[in-house]
Amino acid sequence: MDTRSVRQYGPPGKVPDDMGNDQHHSETTLRVNGKPHTLTVDHRRVLLDLLREDLGLTGAKKGCDHGQCGACTVLVDGRRLNSCLLFAVALDGCDVTTVEGLAGDGEEPHPLQRAFLERDAFQCGYCTPGQICSAVGVLAEAAAGHPSHVTDPGAPSGQPVPLDRDEIRERLSGNLCRCGAYPRIAEAVEDVIP
Amino acid sequence: MTGSVGAPAERREGREKVSGTARYAAEYHVPGRAQAWPVPAAVARGRVTGVDTAAALTVPGVLAVLTHENAPRLREPDDATLAVLQDPRVPHRGWFVALVVAETLEAARAGAAAVRVAYDAEGHDVALTASHPGLYVPEEANAGAPGLREQGDPDGAFDSAAARVDVVYRVPPLHNHPMEPHASTARWEDGRLTVHTSSQGTNAVRAALAGLFGLPEERIVVTAEHVGGGFGSKGTPRPDVVLAAMAARQTGRPVTVSLPRRYLPAVVGHRAPTLHRLRLGADEDGHLSSLTHEVGTHTSRIKEFVEHAAVPARVMYAAPHRRTVHRVAALDVPSPSWMRAPGEAPGMYALESAMDELATELDMDPIELRVRNEPDVEPDSGLPFSSRHLVECLREGARRFGWAGRDPRPGTRREGPLLRGTGVAAATYPVMVGPSTAAARALPDGTYLVRVNATDIGTGARTVLAQVGADALGVPLERVRIEIGSSELPSAPLAGGSSGTASWGWAVHEACARLARRLAEHTGPLPEQGVEARADTTGTADAESERARHAFGAHFAEVAVDTVSGEVRVGRLLGVYAAGRVLNARTGRSQFVGGMTMGLGMALTEGSTMDAAFGDFTESDLASYHVPVHADVGEIEAHWLDEDDPWLNPMGSKGIGEIGIVGTAAAIGNAVHHATGVRFRELPLTPDRVLTGMLGARA
Repeated sequence: MDTRSVRQYGPPGKVPDDMGNDQHHSETTLRVNGKPHTLTVDHRRVLLDLLREDLGLTGAKKGCDHGQCGACTVLVDGRRLNSCLLFAVALDGCDVTTVEGLAGDGEEPHPLQRAFLERDAFQCGYCTPGQICSAVGVLAEAAAGHPSHVTDPGAPSGQPVPLDRDEIRERLSGNLCRCGAYPRIAEAVEDVIP
Repeated sequence: MTGSVGAPAERREGREKVSGTARYAAEYHVPGRAQAWPVPAAVARGRVTGVDTAAALTVPGVLAVLTHENAPRLREPDDATLAVLQDPRVPHRGWFVALVVAETLEAARAGAAAVRVAYDAEGHDVALTASHPGLYVPEEANAGAPGLREQGDPDGAFDSAAARVDVVYRVPPLHNHPMEPHASTARWEDGRLTVHTSSQGTNAVRAALAGLFGLPEERIVVTAEHVGGGFGSKGTPRPDVVLAAMAARQTGRPVTVSLPRRYLPAVVGHRAPTLHRLRLGADEDGHLSSLTHEVGTHTSRIKEFVEHAAVPARVMYAAPHRRTVHRVAALDVPSPSWMRAPGEAPGMYALESAMDELATELDMDPIELRVRNEPDVEPDSGLPFSSRHLVECLREGARRFGWAGRDPRPGTRREGPLLRGTGVAAATYPVMVGPSTAAARALPDGTYLVRVNATDIGTGARTVLAQVGADALGVPLERVRIEIGSSELPSAPLAGGSSGTASWGWAVHEACARLARRLAEHTGPLPEQGVEARADTTGTADAESERARHAFGAHFAEVAVDTVSGEVRVGRLLGVYAAGRVLNARTGRSQFVGGMTMGLGMALTEGSTMDAAFGDFTESDLASYHVPVHADVGEIEAHWLDEDDPWLNPMGSKGIGEIGIVGTAAAIGNAVHHATGVRFRELPLTPDRVLTGMLGARA
């Protein structure tokens, strides 16, 4: 990180040193759903808590806080990631898209959001934002030719991978759903495959 | 009737859920809100002799540390698991011994890590065995079921039976693990308490808080607008809501307590382990003469909860001589509680596996064996059934699944390293319904507002209740608005026991029917505030029925067992249910499929272990406790028969939230036997267990 961009503050509850510095917070700028945010971030703060607590974007869910459930999945620079495992200060300059930003500025939901509605691909809704963000990532990964565990090893390298049911299931297996909406989720993803 | 009921109406809160705007309990950004992090006990039994909070209080941002020495005093609760931070006693590992309140999550967590707790540890006993000296027969098991029932001479009849099965099964502890961890946000203002909590029923939460804090219920508001699953573990208030209210009172700040995932198994209840012994005796034609189902299980030192796993054997099959008994030992373990189909899920796993063994013993088709033992009345009570279409479910399932012509010989369908097999099992779940109130109002703009404190834990309660209301009013669905999820609304029971829709729907139906009659008599325009009617089903919904009321179902499974790795894959699951009238085809199907998916987990991946040395569940998080993932779940079909049952409620519905899990594990286990020829009697069927079993059978 460029140290010149790190301005240090004494946050509430933290006694600053003589220079007014605090070793535990740094100013960080993120673009979230297209909008820049500059915050003084506790170094321990993960992206998930930054979104939920600092920006009030509670679409990303905390299911386990340990990268085990996928409910916190968001897109960082276009890639799906577990936001509970990412220190926010390490993401200075990154572009983050959450479920709230998928539809853009329009009233119309993202095609995946619509497909989830049409297929009844959720019940309690708590894993849903993560499933949807993860599925957006899956579509991009397959289009870019990223193989998965079930991709035929003989498939041509770098070519788009067709997403059949097994590919969808495999690629979404990091997103747990305790209500058991898996079959409907797979159908919803199939619905939007170009 | 306008025909809303039964239609596949889309979930009313669906847009909020897919757009991320649906708000859950920890997501109320009340100004000045603090965060709290609990400290779990590190011994399985003993007393806290000292809590050193000095280091925690120097952590920047920490506001307070609550311990049993300084926390607000609570009145004694009915449920001892809610008496948190009241005394130094540690009844089990993971019991909360302190709570750190701080400005931020990070500070609260760091503070909790800095709390030093000293214990006077005592020897503990957490190991349940079938011969544990502490086992006793409780007067009642869960749901008010008698601990013991006996008819005739089950031992004598068993001894003289032509065909006999005497087998033991084991179901390990299981964890509910809803995707939203238990969480509550509480604030006090002018002696009034407002709580947003993740609960299956807020009237019960309000009553518990009123008792604990000595407040009249009118000064407490509890909301649960959206709930990220519960599966029984949020059926009654849990420690999070008590801790949040205590911390908010102590600090004068709104406080959110969101329990860390790995703390849940110890404090929110679990499905207790069950040790089953089944003895089935039958004549050469498969008619059962004797049925004994004995269940051993554990409970905690502070609460008697008895998984009523022998109860389905009182409902299922006609055997003149029968014994169903529960034995429970109070151990130094976390308190067990409800998990989806408590009693029925583990009980039917054992009973339906044993029935499959009996079919093998008799060389009889397992469906035919069940058909031959179909009772005329409920075997235990002698009551006639309100409706029972188990045989029809089995036949319809067999037709859809392609059961006819199945080669019954086990271990013969090999494809490369795979062995294939199919299995069947029955399912049952009782009809439960409780009294509820509701209000319906007609407004001058032509819309209707239905209010009832139902809770939507993912079932689609808003949607189905609007459908019930629309039909009772005789108006299109889109004209009916619905408000649920707050104790400010007309009181209603919890979403549990597959009783929610029946209970709330009954009151909604009555209020709307009454409103329709009132409107029929009304002339001229409606007053500005509209016209309202209310209903209270106390005395009717909870009246004793002259009929035995249960839903039934049939499960079919197709598996492939990898003889190299021991992995079991379920290619296809099919369920057919007879559950009265299904009120929303879309959300109903999702519930059936969801239950079957959890049953698949019970069969193959889910299992917890009580560590004898530490007195803790070793599989405490989602990396170690394996709930099914996308890749585990193949084709799942749910179908239902239309049942016309006049003994239920005005909608004619039975509950559907739990029956989907009930027979699934047995169907999969029976399919694994059909595939491999090896009978596994302990869940889950993990690769290590299956591979070892297959190698053992070969040796």
